[in-house]
Amino acid sequence: MTELTASLLRQRSLRLPRQYPRVFLLVLALAWWVLYAALMPASEALVAALPVQRASRLGGAVQFFLYDAPNVLLLLTAVVFVMGMVNSYFTPERTRALLAGRTEGAANVMAASLGVVTPFCSCSAVPLFVGFLQAGVPLGVTFSFLISAPMVNEVALALLFGMFGWRIALLYMGLGLTIAVAAGWVIGRLRMERYLEDWVREMPRVQAIPGGAKLTLPERIDAGWDSVREIVGKVWPYIMVGIALGGAIHGWVPEDFMASIMGKAAWWSVPLAVLIGVPMYSNAAGVIPIVQALLAKGAALGTVLAFMMSVIALSLPEMIILRKVLKLRLIVTFTAVVAAGILIVGYVFNAVL
Amino acid sequence: MDIKVLGNCCGNCDTTIALIEQIAKAKGVAVTTQKVTDVRDILSYGVMSTPGVVIDGKVVHTGGVPGHDKIEQWLSA
Repeated sequence: MTELTASLLRQRSLRLPRQYPRVFLLVLALAWWVLYAALMPASEALVAALPVQRASRLGGAVQFFLYDAPNVLLLLTAVVFVMGMVNSYFTPERTRALLAGRTEGAANVMAASLGVVTPFCSCSAVPLFVGFLQAGVPLGVTFSFLISAPMVNEVALALLFGMFGWRIALLYMGLGLTIAVAAGWVIGRLRMERYLEDWVREMPRVQAIPGGAKLTLPERIDAGWDSVREIVGKVWPYIMVGIALGGAIHGWVPEDFMASIMGKAAWWSVPLAVLIGVPMYSNAAGVIPIVQALLAKGAALGTVLAFMMSVIALSLPEMIILRKVLKLRLIVTFTAVVAAGILIVGYVFNAVL
Repeated sequence: MDIKVLGNCCGNCDTTIALIEQIAKAKGVAVTTQKVTDVRDILSYGVMSTPGVVIDGKVVHTGGVPGHDKIEQWLSA
C-alpha cells in the first residue's frame, strides 16, 4: 500500500516539471527561499534549546556548525542546480568549437570565461587538453581554460557566497579569471609548443564540431538534478568535516592567534601560504570553511585567498596527470606562472585592504 | 551488445559500468563491457569529456554518469 502511494506520488511530482517546467522552477525557487529565510531563526532556537552556554567555547562552536552547515548546503544545492542547467548549454565540444582557430588575446578572455560555465571534471583534463589542441585552439588559450575551469567552479563560489558574502565571491571570481587570462597569455607568449609530449604533437588535426542535440527545458531541469546528485552527493561529507573543524577553530583558538602567522605584518606569509597550498589537494568544499575560521582569528584576507587559490588551482596529483601530455619544463612553467599570479593577488590584497 | 566505457578517472567510469551491467542483468540483455582508459583511444572516438559510452562502435553518451532511463533506452534498442 505504502509502495503504491509512493509510486503515485513520484509520478505526480514528475508530471509538473515535464508539463509546466517554468511553473515548476518558480515553485522550486519559492520553496527554497522560504526554507532559507527560516534557517537563521531555526538555528538560533536550536542552540538556545541545547544545554550549552552560547557564550561558552562549545556553544560558539556548535552554533557555527548548526548555522553554517545547513546554510552552506542549501546555497550549494541551489547554485549547483542552476549551474547544472547552465552547463547543459555549454558542452566541452561546443566550447572547443567556439575557441578553435582564434588568435591569442581576446580568446584567452573567452576561454577563461567559458571555463566557468563548461562542465569540467579533473579526470577529463587530459582528453580535453589534447582535444582542444587537436582542433587548433592555441596552447595559451587552452591553458586559460584549464586554469579557470577548476579554480572558478560553482562549489567554490557557492561556499564563498555562503560564508563570506557576495562581495568576496565576486572578487574571487574576478581574480581567478584574471589569473587564468594572464597566465594563459604568458604561456602562449613563451612559445612552449615544443614541450608538449611528442605523441600529442603527432595527433591528427580534427575539425571542431559543436555537436550535441538541442535540449528541452525539462531535460535541462533533469541535468540540474543530475549535477546536484553528483556534486552535492560527493562533496557534502567534506563540507561537514570542514565546517566542524572551522567550528572547533571558532570555539577554541584564541582571538588574534592567526594574526602573527597569517597577518598582514608578516611579509613571508603569502609565499608560505602558496608554498604550502600548491602541493595540497583538497576541493573547495573542505578548505573554505577552515579558511573562514582562520580569517575570523586574524589572518589577512590576501594571505587566505592566496592559500585557497593555490590549494584549488594547483595540486601534485594534477601535475602527475598532466605529465602524460606535457614535458617537465612546461609543467614547471605552468606551475610557476600560476603561482606567481596567485602571489601577486595575495600581496595586492594585503596592501589594499 | 558490445559496450565500451571511455575514461580514466575518479570513479564515475566504474559507476557507469556497474550501472550498465546491473540494468542489463535486470533486463536479461547479454552485454560485454570493457573499460577504455588510454587517452589516445578515448580521443580516437572523438570524445573529450569522460565518462563516454560507446555501443557497437557508436558514441551514445559523453561527459558524466548516464541516467537510468538513458541506459534502459540503449539496452532496449
